[in-house]
Amino acid sequence: MGDDESVWILVTPDKCSGCRLCEVACSLEHEGIIWPEASRIRIYELLPGVNVPHTCVQCPDYPCVNACNFDALSVEEVTGAVLVDEENCTECGACVLACPGNVPRIPTGKGSVVICDLCGGQPKCVEVCHEAGHDALTLVRSNYRSIYRTFAKDPVEKSAELARKMYGEEFLG
Amino acid sequence: MKGYAGKLLDVNLSTGNVKIVELDEDMLRFYGGRGLGTYILWKELGERWEKVDPLGEENLLLILTGPLTGYYPGIKTAVLAKSPESNGVVGSVLSSEVGIELKASGYDGIIIRGKAREPVYLFINDDDVEVRDASKYWGMGGVELHRTLLKEVHDELRKKAKLRGVPKEPAMMYIGRGGEEKVRFAAIMSKLMHAAGYGGFGAVMGSKNLKAVIVKGNKALPEVHDPERFKSLLREFQRELLTLTTFRQWGTGAGGYSVGKDRSSQPVRNWQEEYHDDERISVVNFELKAWVKKYWADYGCPVNCMKISYLRYGPYKGSITDAPDYELMAYMGTNLGVFEPEKVVYLSYLVDELGLDGINAGNVLGFAAELYQRGILAEEDIGFKLEWGDEKAFARLLELIVSREGIGEVLAEGTYRAAKRISEMKGVDAMRYAVHVKGIGVGAHGIRSDLDYTRDISYAVSVQGGDHTATAGLPARSYEGELVNAFYDSAVICMFTTRPGFERIIEFGNAVTGFELTPEKWFNETGLRIIHLQRILLLLGGPDVHWKPKDDDNPERFYEPLPTGPVKGKAPTREEISEKVRQYYEQVGYDEHGIPREEVLEELGLSEAKREVKRIRERLGL
Repeated sequence: MGDDESVWILVTPDKCSGCRLCEVACSLEHEGIIWPEASRIRIYELLPGVNVPHTCVQCPDYPCVNACNFDALSVEEVTGAVLVDEENCTECGACVLACPGNVPRIPTGKGSVVICDLCGGQPKCVEVCHEAGHDALTLVRSNYRSIYRTFAKDPVEKSAELARKMYGEEFLG
Repeated sequence: MKGYAGKLLDVNLSTGNVKIVELDEDMLRFYGGRGLGTYILWKELGERWEKVDPLGEENLLLILTGPLTGYYPGIKTAVLAKSPESNGVVGSVLSSEVGIELKASGYDGIIIRGKAREPVYLFINDDDVEVRDASKYWGMGGVELHRTLLKEVHDELRKKAKLRGVPKEPAMMYIGRGGEEKVRFAAIMSKLMHAAGYGGFGAVMGSKNLKAVIVKGNKALPEVHDPERFKSLLREFQRELLTLTTFRQWGTGAGGYSVGKDRSSQPVRNWQEEYHDDERISVVNFELKAWVKKYWADYGCPVNCMKISYLRYGPYKGSITDAPDYELMAYMGTNLGVFEPEKVVYLSYLVDELGLDGINAGNVLGFAAELYQRGILAEEDIGFKLEWGDEKAFARLLELIVSREGIGEVLAEGTYRAAKRISEMKGVDAMRYAVHVKGIGVGAHGIRSDLDYTRDISYAVSVQGGDHTATAGLPARSYEGELVNAFYDSAVICMFTTRPGFERIIEFGNAVTGFELTPEKWFNETGLRIIHLQRILLLLGGPDVHWKPKDDDNPERFYEPLPTGPVKGKAPTREEISEKVRQYYEQVGYDEHGIPREEVLEELGLSEAKREVKRIRERLGL
């Protein structure tokens, strides 16, 4: 992995409006149609107003890639993104179980897992989030920093954290 | 068939049977959403419409998408039934992801019929459709339902397909206590603060013992006709919608002060005035005192007009609502003489949690307070004093309404029916204080000042009565008419994302569907077909209410000259209104009594509806 040129999507849920233009852009880019569950970035809204963007953080040790027994996952050399070989993927779910953030998704009818490929270094989701004036997603170009790993978290856990911040503990019931 | 899933779910709550109905050519003639729903209601119930009790087992509840749902920026879902308010058809459209989840499950909508024996909720997950017990959720409001039911269903879906990763949250529509108690102006709610208000469909849902509808779809949206054209128009529209800066900054709440101050068209103390200069209710004070989220959008919406108010301290701590939007700033605020942001947020939160249409709830509360002001309702009739501006008294009255206790039982029937009842009880004419058209409380945009978007016959001739999102005007078959809103409600998109304009949105629709629709065709054929059918069902009405041509009029109040403000003294005359109503009839294709003309029905391919017209004529003795 060429560390100098790796890119990374910094997610700031506090800034996310839940507009999901990122999901629209991602699924149009990768699937040619709007497909919310096949978007490589998904916005969870388990409580109204609590919008949590969820996507791959490119762990340095790539547990998903290591868990794959079918050579369906690999690491893109320049960006560090996880690439999916749709032909090889058997939808076994080993990568789903291996991911510390529960990020990979196997949507009905897709035939393979979907994981963020960073759009080759120019992620469409980041572009549209910036254009929409939110910057809940921003692109970081730098060497890997260990803090990135802490972003690999379950979406339900991230939702509870943000909800606590917005509405306080009592609102969670 | 592009842009459509091509099928509807048909769920019978009496028997538990679920079947699939294929969309056919006849259905497509009504486009989707409000149009399609009107057609289904007519087809199934038209022959005996007058006898169908809106709150009886026989009524159908329709939850529908349109061909643009999910594709066009922003998300809406349409709800229709025979309305317990107007006794006709109201196409009520709310902000809810149920629409896109339905499409991603492979359905264009749901027909819900019959009545469950016990409280149930409907669960839809792609091909898996179940009617499930909801006894333990009965009585809950939105906050509690999100903490329990929605969370439990999400956990279940997650466990069920553990190897497929974490699904996004399902979308949910639900009712609160208002719907359970069949309060005629109960709403169907979504995401705590979004409501299908007009129509009173929360009461219909409650009458079916249906607490919630929960949908999670995992598939792609249906294919579109011209993907490249669709994508380029979508990008164009998204960019254009990003420029709506007032909505983005303030939402519709921007009008909380200005509609009164600048336009003299905001309800103040049950419409006794439409002007005010009270800066406390300015949107900036809501931002200062209550907002915890300034930019909130629903699926695919670049506008972000929604804002979340949440009171973190003070006597009304824990109150959560939308900004509130302009309508509730008016109806939970100025119309009740309440001008302080925290109090407006509190009352808006209460109606949301009780699952009431805040517009019609505020309409009936204001009506009751004016009767109290005039001594028609005394303290002993209500149980307490009901002074303007007393948010605690209004909160108590809301509780009486959803418990149907004392005067609450009367008011739970909505302003129009309550006025009839109180007139009988007290031997006075209470109807002159009822600001409704066809049983539907008028939205918070008056017509007297002529400074707002509303026209003097906007409500009088609309097939959706007092609905401020379905206003009519002259010329009838133009942008001024009710046909344009009928298009947005049938395409099922949000009127606040329609900046690209009617023609271009039709073009967008054609890229999705492959139809060759034009504005002319909509004005003279497709849209007109919907309006005529809605008009017929409205005139049939029943069993408890039948509208007559003379009801194509403004509420009494709108003929009283505005008492205050820069356009003090302004009001339409009865003569000009009746002349415009006459012109409207002629242009839209009704006869002199406001009944759809038979030859027009034939042109529109609605020959069968002549049997309904015959019954209308018989009832009116024509």
